[in-house]
Amino acid sequence: MPAQRRPHPVISMKKLLGIFGLFAAIFVVTAVLNRQFVSAYNLQNLVSWTSLFGIISIGAAFVIITGGIDLSIGSVVGLVGSLMAWLLTQKGWSVAGTLTLVLTVSIAIGLAHGLLITKLRLQPFVVTLCGLLLYRGLARYVTDDQSQGFGSSYDALRQIAIGQWQLPGTFALPAPVFFLAGVAVVAAIFLNRTIWGRYLLALGRNETAARYSGIDTDRMKVIAYVICSLLGGVGGILFSLNLNSIQPSGLGEFYELYAIAAAVLGGCSLRGGEGTITGVIIGTAVMRVLYNAINILGIPTHLEFAIIGSVILAGVITDELVQRLASRRRATRALAS
Amino acid sequence: MSLPPSSPRELLAIRQLSKRFPGVTALHQVELSLQRGEVLAVIGENGAGKSTLMKIIGGVQQPDEVEIFVEGRPVHLDSVRAAERHGIALIHQELNLADNLDVAANLFLGREPQRFGFVDRRRLYADAAPLLSQVGLSCPPHTIVGSLSLGHQQLVEIARALSTNARVLIMDEPTSSLSQHETDQLYRVVKELRARGVGIIFISHRLGEVKELADRVLVLRDGENAGELSREQISHEAMVKRMVGRTLGRHARVSFGGAEAWLDVRGLRTPAHPRVPLDFTVRSGEIVGVAGLVGAGRTELLRVLFGIDRAIGGQVLLRGKEVKLHSPLDAIRAGLALVPEDRKSQGVILQMAVNENITLPSLRRAGRGGFRQRRHENEIAAEMARRLDVRTPSLQQFVQFLSGGNQQKVALAKWLALEPRVLLLDEPTRGIDVGAKQEIYQLMEKLAGHGVAILFVSSEMEEVLRMSDRALVMHEGRIAGELSRTELSEEAVMNLATGHAA
Repeated sequence: MPAQRRPHPVISMKKLLGIFGLFAAIFVVTAVLNRQFVSAYNLQNLVSWTSLFGIISIGAAFVIITGGIDLSIGSVVGLVGSLMAWLLTQKGWSVAGTLTLVLTVSIAIGLAHGLLITKLRLQPFVVTLCGLLLYRGLARYVTDDQSQGFGSSYDALRQIAIGQWQLPGTFALPAPVFFLAGVAVVAAIFLNRTIWGRYLLALGRNETAARYSGIDTDRMKVIAYVICSLLGGVGGILFSLNLNSIQPSGLGEFYELYAIAAAVLGGCSLRGGEGTITGVIIGTAVMRVLYNAINILGIPTHLEFAIIGSVILAGVITDELVQRLASRRRATRALAS
Repeated sequence: MSLPPSSPRELLAIRQLSKRFPGVTALHQVELSLQRGEVLAVIGENGAGKSTLMKIIGGVQQPDEVEIFVEGRPVHLDSVRAAERHGIALIHQELNLADNLDVAANLFLGREPQRFGFVDRRRLYADAAPLLSQVGLSCPPHTIVGSLSLGHQQLVEIARALSTNARVLIMDEPTSSLSQHETDQLYRVVKELRARGVGIIFISHRLGEVKELADRVLVLRDGENAGELSREQISHEAMVKRMVGRTLGRHARVSFGGAEAWLDVRGLRTPAHPRVPLDFTVRSGEIVGVAGLVGAGRTELLRVLFGIDRAIGGQVLLRGKEVKLHSPLDAIRAGLALVPEDRKSQGVILQMAVNENITLPSLRRAGRGGFRQRRHENEIAAEMARRLDVRTPSLQQFVQFLSGGNQQKVALAKWLALEPRVLLLDEPTRGIDVGAKQEIYQLMEKLAGHGVAILFVSSEMEEVLRMSDRALVMHEGRIAGELSRTELSEEAVMNLATGHAA
């Protein structure tokens, strides 16, 4: 028996490097074509938006790892953002009260999704598709479909989404980065270092075998949906504070698709059981850089979706081909042993 | 060396077949011949190259070197289509049927009779009927395949092969998931096909079935011919000896059964047979076999005991204390462990590493405050893999790349760290080779020696006879009888299992 130590991390380092390579390529090409891209202002913006989308994408990743899907993320962002502005400015609620309420609502939404999916055995796609419609409708109804804003009285609060936080030295980073960093660290520790993280990955691969191994698979799935909606809510708070002008019908629209795309691009398999937090963040960065490049290079914005779609498709095709090659090699190596 | 040319009387001849995978020779100069109306059994341990050989003949894989003759003419089998053209049909171990479609649609899948570009349904059903009667399948051709038993699905596969005018039929472990009755039916069909001149090659791990069916046996060992046995030479000992290259010692089991009932089942009723109460005990250190035909309610009993399905009524006592079994987690906490029937979909997670599989049930115990203790986990995995002699290039290897026997060892290893009091095994050696079988038997004996109460379900008579200190025989959901070690015989078990009075 050869003393072979080839660890099998959740996704391979190669995959991470591949997606990072894609990121670097788009970054460099855009920078060469237009110097504006690497201006401090643009980079700050880019980092800021990557962070905001990164938070909701990590949420999406948790659900995807269980083999599920959450299509309601964008509507949760819209509902939470609209509710928050409306409660603060129209209803005179305190900041603490408002934040408590919107985060409670997010958790309740995730809990409802999880219970419907595990106890009633409804399909995640159906449950969260209904959620997508329901929360959007609620956001519009509660606010009377009027656009909301924070005015100037909440500038201090808004700093958590638009501010620059000074680092030691002369370097400043947009505030959302710190939220992303916090979420990412906690998420990565949860996924890689706790028994529950292992449970999630196991049940994503084979739910029956996981259950037969004594894992409360239903509870783990509920937890994943709660994490997803909670991070959707956190995203909703930050997105709305960042934008200041909130259309209940528009805030967060399609964000679930961006989040799912970023997670998939970052190495999560929609079949479940696969994914890393680092990958998801790089996946998000690819999406944002691409979007930014389209704008900055003067490519007609009508083409935006077409380009993003093509790049993601090319990415997953490459990944699939590489994986096939790798598994063929691994199979022959296993035969050789 | 000059080879004798293949005569036209020989239905199929394989000469000098070699197949290398990078780093390993899967088959080396293998020879095989098949006459019209002959049933050839191919046996060998897992990894001996049986499946590769079959796949090459079926056109699924390409060899590096070979000469193949069909009725004396050299042929190239470079695709499944090519093999079909030459009258060779391969039936895989895992059936390849669309179970949402009906029987007739499956028979002609991809070759539907057409009329103006539409499926000619009338002809489809008309053509299906004679094929079904050839294989003795009495169901109407519009039956949905998914509603058929596994045995009947297998017959549909055979009928499909016949519809391509197959003269050579290759079957990979055709009876591994069939009940006794279905197996008998398959035997009848095989014998009829033989009488009609079809040549049949089948792989089997069940030596009893080889004895029953084969006209000749081809033994493979480590990818090479390891001997042939003619009809008269076929015996259990001769086959095992050539497969493993040595004679296996058959030692009588020493019974360690203690006095204390560790598993005490009282009036337990399962959802499958809600009206039948079950009563039995398994004592510390005792190995109790559960025999019976497929569908007798044996797996259903284990599922209830392990908390997968809820009991309709009755009590389960572990070491005298009643336990509520509402989930596998409850069962594990009470000291039970189950190695389920279907290893690949229930026993292990194929796309996870060996060590991750082994530690999965013990994570909770090995962890601290929810955090995994990786060093502790690695110790557990290494220790269990060593104790069961799991053969893998590394503990980080995905379980899917291990042989069936080693996968089964992983499915067992994951429980040993928890030191279960009662071990439930469902078909513990299904589809694994003779060597691994012996190892699992030895492990069962060792665990019983340490006082574990073992309840195992098995459809292999030999296994029940060899391993049981006591056997429960189930028939239509009830325990038809209990046989002590001295009463145990094939006849006694079969009488009870088929519902004849004890």
